[in-house]
Amino acid sequence: MKLYIRSSACVSPQNTFNHEGFLDNVVEYTGTRLKAIEPDYKLFIDPKQIRRMSHVIKMGVAAAKQCLLDADIEMPGAIITGTAFGCMEDTVTFLTRIVEQQEELLPPTAFIQSTHNTVAAQIALLLKCHSYNSTFVHKGISFESALFDAMMMLKEQDADNVLVGGIEEMVDTSFKVLTRLGLYKRQPVSNLSLFATSSKGTIGGEGASFFLLTSKYSTGNLAELTGLKILYKPKSIEDSIVSFLKSHSLTIDHIDLVITGKNGDIKNDEVYEQLNGSLFKNTPIANYKHLCGEYPVSSSFALWIAANILKLGVVPGIVGERIVIGDTNNGDSLSSKTSQVVGVVTNNDFATTSPKTILIYNHYQNKYHSLMLVSAI
Amino acid sequence: MSSSVYIAGVGAISAIGNNVAEHLVSFNNEEAGMSDITLLDTIHRKKLPVAEVKLSNDELVAMTGLTANASRTALLSMVAASEALTDAAIPDFGSLRTGFVSANSVGGMDKSEDFFIDFLADNNKGKLRNVFDHECGSMTEIVADKLGISDFMTTISTACSSSANAIFYAARLIKNDVLDVVIAGGTDSLTKFTLNGFNTLMILDKEFCKPFDENREGLNLGEGAGYVVLVSEKIMQTLTKAAHCKLSGYNNSNDAYHQTASSPDGTGSYLAMQGALKKSGLTPPDIDYINLHGTGTPNNDSAEGTAIKRLFDPAYPPMSSTKSYTGHTLGASGGIEAVFSVLAIKHGIIYPNLRFETRMNELPFEPETNYLSGQDIKHVMSNSFGFGGNCTSLIFSRI
Repeated sequence: MKLYIRSSACVSPQNTFNHEGFLDNVVEYTGTRLKAIEPDYKLFIDPKQIRRMSHVIKMGVAAAKQCLLDADIEMPGAIITGTAFGCMEDTVTFLTRIVEQQEELLPPTAFIQSTHNTVAAQIALLLKCHSYNSTFVHKGISFESALFDAMMMLKEQDADNVLVGGIEEMVDTSFKVLTRLGLYKRQPVSNLSLFATSSKGTIGGEGASFFLLTSKYSTGNLAELTGLKILYKPKSIEDSIVSFLKSHSLTIDHIDLVITGKNGDIKNDEVYEQLNGSLFKNTPIANYKHLCGEYPVSSSFALWIAANILKLGVVPGIVGERIVIGDTNNGDSLSSKTSQVVGVVTNNDFATTSPKTILIYNHYQNKYHSLMLVSAI
Repeated sequence: MSSSVYIAGVGAISAIGNNVAEHLVSFNNEEAGMSDITLLDTIHRKKLPVAEVKLSNDELVAMTGLTANASRTALLSMVAASEALTDAAIPDFGSLRTGFVSANSVGGMDKSEDFFIDFLADNNKGKLRNVFDHECGSMTEIVADKLGISDFMTTISTACSSSANAIFYAARLIKNDVLDVVIAGGTDSLTKFTLNGFNTLMILDKEFCKPFDENREGLNLGEGAGYVVLVSEKIMQTLTKAAHCKLSGYNNSNDAYHQTASSPDGTGSYLAMQGALKKSGLTPPDIDYINLHGTGTPNNDSAEGTAIKRLFDPAYPPMSSTKSYTGHTLGASGGIEAVFSVLAIKHGIIYPNLRFETRMNELPFEPETNYLSGQDIKHVMSNSFGFGGNCTSLIFSRI
């Protein structure tokens, strides 16, 4: 059974939500934290409810509703979300009040909205959707776990379509704690030159990306979701990638573009650099975390990019790390020399030929690795 | 897709026992686990009863071999998960495709609370090791590492139905031939966060809870962990002892009514029970015992009871809420009660619903109040409902 991405909507630190162009109006930030650009929530949520909703709930609900609108589907067959930290804003609010008010006279709203499944629940509530509803909260593979569930559900034919999303909010408290834990750079940096210097740490991010997965073919589908593999502490990531591709009757030669989860942290990026010189040596490479920042479900942002690249047939210059200058006459790009273009900022499209098969490879703190295979329909 | 998924092992820890055998003794003796708060530093001590596991963190560390700084949630998880794995005694476990699917509601919150006191006073203070494993996923990872499971792990958090959903997901991983063996369930320790949270909702009973009683006043919070080991048909045939039972049905439906309250007619609960029956190919008369969600709050028991009435009327199987023993263990409850459901089939037991006195006005039935043994139990339904309208029913069946 083939599975397709029918539609996708993405709230991120870039102009990705209800924006005509595709990463054409890139926002530059200087600092170590990228904040999501807020959609006009009034279009999606009752203003009375907006006031009570935290940032992550609003982002999630807006992205989910737009995704359904784009798919022209009123009622999904299941709603599944992935989030590592869940509703941080409400969690911090309630924790703060417990300490400051010494457990006295606490209002319940923050606690009620602090549970990790709040976004999935709010979507169900707004749609009056009684179908399967679940939330995965496993660190850097929270989104992949949700996606894996959605793919199984479609294969089991328990649903014709599934709304699945990755959601994460960064609040001041989590940013401060994660900074102290050494995740982010010590000096402000431009996100657009994230890969230009080698230093420790990355930049924080947040966002909400939703996808309507379906088993139904339609020319309107964005892409085919061909495969997904989640790995924990793999012995050799290179071998794992080769065997993943093999399980789909592919080799690296069939991959037109690899989107990697490079995040500007010298240690984090070692894995990618190594692959770029070996397995991915002759494959065009793109990156995305300079646009959205690092966060546990950032691979959902990468999937949004991949789906759009396949639909539109263009690779925005802003994501390109390395192109392979191929002999377009015989279509064989593998025999040609490669050209390294690091941190490229350009308005030109990155590759002239439109990719048909994209591999997304991301790892989270070198423990959790994920591979997503996406193809043109 | 493989046909059946079998339960090869069980493990549990709660206020009424540190292992499965101790639970069976407590049930037989009708001994509830609630008492005054001793572990949490809170203003609610001596005011609100809770169901604490009767082991300190130091004792749990000694039992599990985990690090001294581990969250109590991970410690409880380790105790029950390793008991389940030992019980299953799967030959050549290391050569199989194995997974750990665990659930919890607030991750390492017990440690984060300690961190937060110092952090609030000064953002550069607070021991980072206390917040390092804040994430729900950390609890699962710590235990999976200790159990030597690396093929597949994930964490589910859907409030109080979390671990029922973990078992449900694990079964599907086997049916889809992704894995051969999965340890699935959930864990939660008592925290000030959840105690105060439920207290603000005014649904905590100041006395021991009375599920499904007309005069019920709320729930008692508990803590613990419960896991089942699920195996494929192929693995079941290699077991040196018989599997306990099989997981024959499951369903998750959403009430889509309110973030925390259940709909008056129990729509989500009804759809979950109905869906699980459909999945198992059974009808209401086939169910021999219902392990109720039965928190003891006016709202839950009314909605769940109404849904049962809609589905089972006029013939009601015996039913009870084991939360009258363990308190409501939140993200662990579906796992712990799955273990109880398996044991009900294996030992032919129906657990009494403690402290029940008066039938609810709106219901034509009442829970079982006697400990019954020697029962012929083929099919058990286990209900777990959570915030966000998340309703899950599982059905366990004798082989």
